[in-house]
Amino acid sequence: MGKKSLAAPYIVWMAGFIVIPLLFVFYYGLTDKSGAFTLENLAAIASPEKVSALLRSLKLSVLSTAICLLLAYPLAMILKGLHVKKGSFVVFLFILPMWMNFLLRTMAWQTLLDRNGVINNVLAFFHLPGINIINTQAAIVFGMVYNFLPFMVLPIYNVLIKIGDDTVEAARDLGADGVQTFFRVIFPLSMPGIVSGITMVFVPALTTFVISDLLGGGMVLLIGNVIEQEFTFTANWNLGSGLSLVLMVFILISMVLFAKYDKDGEGAAV
Amino acid sequence: MNAPLIRLDKVSKTFDGTMVLDELELSIKENEFMTLLGPSGCGKTTTLRIIGGFEKPDTGRVYFEGTDITDLAPNKRQLNTVFQKYALFSHMNIAENIAFGLKIKGKTKSYIHDKIKYALKLVNLDGYERRSVTSLSGGQQQRIAIARAIVNEPRVLLLDEPLGALDLKLRQDMQYELIRLKNELGITFIYVTHDQEEALTMSDTIVVMNQGYIQQMGTPEDIYNEPENAFVADFIGDSNIIDSLMIEDKLVEIFGVKFPCVDTGFGRNQPVDVVIRPEDVELHPEGEGRLPGVVSHIIFKGVHYEMEVMAGGFEWLVHSTVCHPVGAKVGIDVDPFNIQIMKKPESEDEEAVGVNG
Ligand SMILES: Nc1ncnc2c1ncn2[C@@H]1O[C@H](COP(=O)(O)OP(=O)(O)O)[C@@H](O)[C@H]1O
Ligand SMILES: [Mg+2]
Repeated sequence: MGKKSLAAPYIVWMAGFIVIPLLFVFYYGLTDKSGAFTLENLAAIASPEKVSALLRSLKLSVLSTAICLLLAYPLAMILKGLHVKKGSFVVFLFILPMWMNFLLRTMAWQTLLDRNGVINNVLAFFHLPGINIINTQAAIVFGMVYNFLPFMVLPIYNVLIKIGDDTVEAARDLGADGVQTFFRVIFPLSMPGIVSGITMVFVPALTTFVISDLLGGGMVLLIGNVIEQEFTFTANWNLGSGLSLVLMVFILISMVLFAKYDKDGEGAAV
Repeated sequence: MNAPLIRLDKVSKTFDGTMVLDELELSIKENEFMTLLGPSGCGKTTTLRIIGGFEKPDTGRVYFEGTDITDLAPNKRQLNTVFQKYALFSHMNIAENIAFGLKIKGKTKSYIHDKIKYALKLVNLDGYERRSVTSLSGGQQQRIAIARAIVNEPRVLLLDEPLGALDLKLRQDMQYELIRLKNELGITFIYVTHDQEEALTMSDTIVVMNQGYIQQMGTPEDIYNEPENAFVADFIGDSNIIDSLMIEDKLVEIFGVKFPCVDTGFGRNQPVDVVIRPEDVELHPEGEGRLPGVVSHIIFKGVHYEMEVMAGGFEWLVHSTVCHPVGAKVGIDVDPFNIQIMKKPESEDEEAVGVNG
């Protein structure tokens, strides 16, 4: 009985900040302006403009998730290799920027990457050619990788440090060289961290509108921007909610498929 | 044939400025069951890890059949290790765990299949192929760890306190299993334990270590009956270690009473340590025996009574099948050949000096 009452604040929190807003999204998404039931808001996703935004979102988020994974895995391995004390300090350095406002960090990059921004000024000072990526898809991918990289590093690091030295030594003892030990033991054992890392990067990357707004300069429309505009610019909450629902289902399906693929893959990796 | 299979030549190892092994010399013969025995922290695991290739000695060399393997990677050595915490691969089932080494070596599917069956039979876990690691008990995981090592047909099996995490009954069963395995496989075992009973039960040769030095090396009987110094006597089994005076050859004075003994060559009137095992102390009725005493404590242990007898100002530990109640007056005597005389260490250093060249 004591335990139940301890959970009460959490349940209130869940109800207030997750369930009720979600119910609103469902309500708006499935009704029209007069409040009558309709599926039009869901079907709206089929318009060519929205499909192409969704595909663009998909492309950029898959790309940035892949880049995050490629960067994060070796980083997490290096962190694991450091001594416990040093390791946790470096992990702290990683978490530190996450405490800074997401918007501020991205705006900072907007200034840094600007055609006449800090980076190009420094490059010009050394007589090097400037970079022109602001307001392109490349800048958006860069922003995604920059913002979401810690969410890939941390879960992978967390599973890696749980792999005991004796497990690695057992592999070596049984004749595996460094490369075989990695692919047959370390990598498969770190799969749960990779899966949660991918989830934690892919989902926010797919739905972001801030990064594409700031670093894409409004030239590159992602599905997040389309939905955002329905809420703010056109003030059509019904359509915005409907599209959100479709996106949610889309994410759910891809997560289920991913989890299933991962299970199959685990068996095949051995 | 008599050349050592593995030889450690003046191996030293320091961790963070602390000397863990100091010029250790060790030879292991083919087909020997050798046990490294000593208190926790004395360097047993470090010695084993140096043999396995997981640790490099600071100085000194390791030889395998006369070849220097000091710098050889662990995966290139003809030996396998059974780790203290089993270290099974949790993402693989039992069959995959056992097959790991064989797959690396590129053995055929049918060979691997047969080997898995054979190894599971050997460790009494037939039919466990598809089970997951986490569904096994500690004792079963340990057997799988052994199976995973021996399918590779190593020349030497290294075992680091493999029974340390098991309860007493299971530990005793596994001790017999291991001896049986060793005899069936005919390979060399290097076994690490801090449990002297385990060492006495299983080994051909026991190496008693303390603080990075070898204190004594010999058969279990040698170590038990003729400990070379007070540390070994104290560590191996219960014993009475008494400050005494060697009057002359074959005569020692214990608490002012002369006892005939069999040792010679200690000089005249030299202080020595005397070791007498509790089961070698004879209790006679009052007035008989050499040294009078009073029983101060008694516990029934099943096979024998364990008594403490106050005599000569010393609490003697005595094992006997005859019960003498607390307060009983007794006379202590010891057979001459049950009195083990040891030279007193002259310095700290000598106490720890290796005895085997
Ligand atoms: N990797 C290491 N780093 C620092 N000290 C170590 C390391 N390995 C062992 N030691 C130290 O060396 C000493 C001997 O350790 P070990 O060989 O494990 O002893 P045993 O196995 O006999 O208990 C201990 O004091 C231990 O703390
Ligand atoms: Mg140890």
